[in-house]
Amino acid sequence: MNEFAIVWQHRDLLLIGFENTLIIVALGATGALALGILLTIPLMSSRPGIVALGAAYVDAMRCVPFLLFVYLIYFGFPTFGIQFDNWWAGVVALILYNAAYMAELLRAAWKNLPKEAIEAGHAFGFTGWGLFRRIIIPPVLYSSLPLIGNQLVQIVKDSAFLTVIAVAELTHEATSLQTTYFVPFASFVAAVFLYWMTCMTIETGVAFANRLAEDRR
Amino acid sequence: MTTYDYFSIAYGALATVSLSLISIVLGVPLGLGLALIRWSRLPVLNQLTIGYVSIVRTCPSVTLVLLIFYALPVVGISMEPLPAAILTLTLSTAAFNTEIWRSALANFPRDQYDAALTVGMRRGLRFRRIVLPQIVRSSLPALVNEMTLQIKSTPAVAVIGIVEITRAAIRVGARTYDPLPPFVVALVLYSLIVFVFVKTQRTIERRYAQAGAPA
Repeated sequence: MNEFAIVWQHRDLLLIGFENTLIIVALGATGALALGILLTIPLMSSRPGIVALGAAYVDAMRCVPFLLFVYLIYFGFPTFGIQFDNWWAGVVALILYNAAYMAELLRAAWKNLPKEAIEAGHAFGFTGWGLFRRIIIPPVLYSSLPLIGNQLVQIVKDSAFLTVIAVAELTHEATSLQTTYFVPFASFVAAVFLYWMTCMTIETGVAFANRLAEDRR
Repeated sequence: MTTYDYFSIAYGALATVSLSLISIVLGVPLGLGLALIRWSRLPVLNQLTIGYVSIVRTCPSVTLVLLIFYALPVVGISMEPLPAAILTLTLSTAAFNTEIWRSALANFPRDQYDAALTVGMRRGLRFRRIVLPQIVRSSLPALVNEMTLQIKSTPAVAVIGIVEITRAAIRVGARTYDPLPPFVVALVLYSLIVFVFVKTQRTIERRYAQAGAPA
């Protein structure tokens, strides 16, 4: 099969796409986790109105397919005067969409948090933001590590959808490689392999972090 | 948006629903079969299944559908867009279903299996009467959850030219230069479809609860 030889010859093209995918995923994951953490505050609020608002956002995201959401950000937002180039539209879409899923899984972990820890925090004079940052979030993050790992894999997979708005990520580069040199088999197999490697690395990393978290507990 | 535009998106919904249903109908039993291979630890097939699940679970559906549509003809398997779409969706949902069935089988109480052995049930009967009804019940929520995820990954097949809800909405938006209304219609349609699945799951669970057996 000299198809693979052609792909190897033009590996820089695929690697640029791969690098782009990694950067987009890193930005998307960090942003989604940060926004997801903030979103848990309204979700766990004691005021029903605020909870309903937060839940409405989360539920809306869980009903839209990611592809439709990407189109909405890229083609729909300019209607409101908000415009991004395609690269940033992709990153923003990844963050806003996955933040809802992150918030939902963190909320479940927060709900299972033993009351005593929070009460002890109160007793030590922690309130508001300090309580949230020092007492609530660390154990919530530790206990939901495996689920966060699953969501990271989901972000990697979602990033492939960004090819539809011509973001130069891995799938996009694989497609352009196959149309230029007509090497469909080798280029897509290479792309699938790189995705698999990425996800395996994430899963190994999360398992390692999980062991560290278990030790700390 | 004209009536025709609404109609074309609704027509896309028909494609979304039928593609999802076909891949679910094929993918759920396929997942069960693969889970049984892993359960019985058949040599070679077991390793192949582990590899398949690992790769497909981490492969974006867009990339998978492009691979199947553009790359398989190179090795002599050429497909129309529709079969390629069905194959992609089935393969990807089956990988997730395998993990769901496998965990249900792993949690299946051993003593019941032994009890079936002692009353002399044969292998097939044992599986049909004792194991299957219980793992169906315990995997149902996870299976329905995967089905709703499956519905949301159907737009991936639009890249090989299948017109489903998302692509139909894009077309309307491109023609009217006003992308928001068709997107809202699409969003409502997706929510409706997901809602029907979740509702069905609740109904089936209630039936089980009424039947009086532990869920």
